[in-house]
Amino acid sequence: MKSEKTIKEEVSIVLAGAAGQGIQSIEKILSHIIKEDGYHVFTTSEFMSRVRGGMNSTEIRVSSRNAHAYVNNIDILIPLKPGLTPFLEQRISEDTIIIGEKEELDYEQIIDVPFSAIAKEIGNKLYSNTVALGLIGGLLKLNEELMEEHIAKVFSSKGDEVVENNRRALQEGYRRGKELGKSYSIEISKSGEAPEKTDAKPMLLSGTDAVALGALAGGCNMISSYPMSPSTGVLVSLSGYAERMGIVAEQAESEIAAINMALGGWYAGGRAMITTSGGGYDLMTEGVSLAAMIESPLVLHIAQRPGPATGLPTRTGQEDLNLVLYAGHGEFPRVILAPGTPTEAFELTKQAFDIADRYQVPVFILTDQYLLDSFFDTPRFQIDATQPANHFVKTDADYRRYRLADTDNESDSHTEPDPHTDHDGLSPRGIPGYGEGRVRIDSDEHTEDGYITEDVIGIRPAMVKKRLYKRHQLLQKAALPPELIGSASYSTLVVCWGSNRNVAVEALQKIGSDDIALLHLTQLYPLHPSVSDYLDRAARTCLVENNATGQCADLLRHETGRKIDEKILKYNGIPFSVEELQEKIEKIAGVHNE
Amino acid sequence: MSNISYLNNNTEIAWCPGCGNFAIRKTMDQVYQELGIDKQKLVMVTGIGQAPKSPHYLDVSFFNGLHGRSLPTATGVKLANPELTVVVESGDGNVYGEGGNHFLHALRRDIDITVIVHNNMVYGLTKGQASPTSRKGFQTPVQTTGVLLEPFNPLATALSLKSGFVARANAADAEQSKKVIKAAIRHKGFSLVDLFQVCVSFNKTNDYKWFKDHTYYLEDEYRPDDRIQALQRAMEEDPLPLGIFFQQENDRSFHEKLPAYSQDKSPLSRRQVNFEELNKIIEEEFV
Repeated sequence: MKSEKTIKEEVSIVLAGAAGQGIQSIEKILSHIIKEDGYHVFTTSEFMSRVRGGMNSTEIRVSSRNAHAYVNNIDILIPLKPGLTPFLEQRISEDTIIIGEKEELDYEQIIDVPFSAIAKEIGNKLYSNTVALGLIGGLLKLNEELMEEHIAKVFSSKGDEVVENNRRALQEGYRRGKELGKSYSIEISKSGEAPEKTDAKPMLLSGTDAVALGALAGGCNMISSYPMSPSTGVLVSLSGYAERMGIVAEQAESEIAAINMALGGWYAGGRAMITTSGGGYDLMTEGVSLAAMIESPLVLHIAQRPGPATGLPTRTGQEDLNLVLYAGHGEFPRVILAPGTPTEAFELTKQAFDIADRYQVPVFILTDQYLLDSFFDTPRFQIDATQPANHFVKTDADYRRYRLADTDNESDSHTEPDPHTDHDGLSPRGIPGYGEGRVRIDSDEHTEDGYITEDVIGIRPAMVKKRLYKRHQLLQKAALPPELIGSASYSTLVVCWGSNRNVAVEALQKIGSDDIALLHLTQLYPLHPSVSDYLDRAARTCLVENNATGQCADLLRHETGRKIDEKILKYNGIPFSVEELQEKIEKIAGVHNE
Repeated sequence: MSNISYLNNNTEIAWCPGCGNFAIRKTMDQVYQELGIDKQKLVMVTGIGQAPKSPHYLDVSFFNGLHGRSLPTATGVKLANPELTVVVESGDGNVYGEGGNHFLHALRRDIDITVIVHNNMVYGLTKGQASPTSRKGFQTPVQTTGVLLEPFNPLATALSLKSGFVARANAADAEQSKKVIKAAIRHKGFSLVDLFQVCVSFNKTNDYKWFKDHTYYLEDEYRPDDRIQALQRAMEEDPLPLGIFFQQENDRSFHEKLPAYSQDKSPLSRRQVNFEELNKIIEEEFV
């Protein structure tokens, strides 16, 4: 270990400790202050599936540019208890500065800061975390006043004495951090002066928050779900806004109940979503098949974690693409969206409601633990005050829910289609209680009126044509284009989807080659036609996925006929780090660094 | 009381001749007429089986969903639009078997829907296997040595979960059934009518005569206001009592207690996104 060091423009700080030890509180307070102070910040945590104890860690990246991805490198490690996991141990390099209690921790390179002794002197061991918080603040030269204000706010409900003691703990930590900063200088430029107007200020939020806010903006007014990590946050969040935003939020007795409630909700005029993870979605598959048969809109947020079965409940993966692509009996169309950033999570969730409503289809938002539980500083979401269009119609006395466009009488065919209600031959969706008609829907194959039928000559083929082919064509036309990042004259094309976007972007920036570009797929199904063209233009393609079989590569092969040359796969529950992706892409693309 | 028929005579009825469902169909028509329910504000929710075909033969809006799932579906309908009268009509297999867990939680939720369970103690659509209410010893091609399981007691279950309206009727007695179902629909909160009915094709044991011989009416002086007493009567196995076992009015329905309906009473379809509030949320919590 060098005794003096300067860290420039970005720093990766990792806090480690037991569940219940307060790491998340430090992460939360610190990330807010870092953002407020004008830096870019990204935090991501890996934790065990337990409420107390164990060993969890949080990575806090502070940078002068958008560095919103997980890195393996640890510049500063602060273990709040002994017994680091092998996963953390292998991330310690000779350059890692370890700060902690020498008495407790057995590391040669440790810089001794007796957090608990300092805290005890102030009054209670409980203030250790605030000392650590202050220390990081001092090291980073964060605005001390701002930190004190924040601490006072956080502890205000606990009385003046607690506030005062925390302030003192913060000050003492800050002083020591500043002192330490003389040997280990961290120099990060701010992204600019903090804007005065709040609507220009960046936000700090998690992927979960972004999905929930997107749902609100998309007009979601009902959520029925059963808790399951890592999807629960969206249910919690929307439940919290139930009164302010007028949302029916119901914890269902099971995932099966949840999806059927949501379908009942859409039928009666609500805009409903469910949030679950792979295992919960397994239970919902009969419901998604029902959605298809009754031609109901439905928005499903599927938060991935590694499986099979209970798998690794608190860790990340991208193993459920095939599940959402294929699950549900019978043949029916669907839309799968996979946001890679909070902004995309917001926009795509919002759009999911419109796509679902307009085309009367199930729309999946496929996320994962890594995206949902990470926090990002993000430009303020643009809230367009236009009301989301409701695509249901007022029924007349002879309303037929499953009207087939072909059988329309002549007078109908001469009228211009109403863009809100008549989407190229889909049956206009009525809701009970709005208009003169009856709204009859059936999970059996049905007539235009919604009655059970076994007419295999006329009705069945016509219904399949409308339900499946017609709709799939429309959905293909409406598919969202992928995002090409980097030079258009690439020879190697790296393809990724969902949360790997930022990791891949940063890896490619580090490689810095005009020869390599990134294609980020935000809509996985149906694919936008340009995906084929992008693949065709590459001499070499490689796909990055958090699974063991390359599910997206298979999908691309199936849909475009193009075989992906190389697959970079990871399936241990940990996201790709920028470094490992950089190394693997360099190898594939034949980039040689000195 | 309206004089508009609720029957739909334009579809072919798929039930076996002599099926107990014919009487129930007629009863439902009269119930709706006598209650004067607005056709546009009525939704029937059903699962899969013979009973769930009922709304096809009535002039109503319906959601004939998946087997066992009629209660969560009906819950979703009511929560999205509390102005609708929501009636579930399904069989014993649907509500007590496949949907058993939903039954427990719909009772706990006390959602304002009426659930009419055609109880014929057999699976008709799948051609004669035991249902959750089949009596012990009932022989079928699957339960070859007779049913070994204890029959499910829906009334006692509902009473133990503090349901506000618990009743049983015999469909063969149209007048009595009508009276009970009308009271059930009028009840604010979850109302259960376990409705005995015969399956002429697959249950030769529990036929019209059996139900007549093995049931009796709760006495005229019986008052349905004592849950413990109701529970005692619900535990009687032979003969089985008929009538309203328990009835207790709620001051507020489940949906009325939800934050979503505390300010705004309108159905979800008439709501708009409150962008001002959304911007406030973003500013307060995320900026």
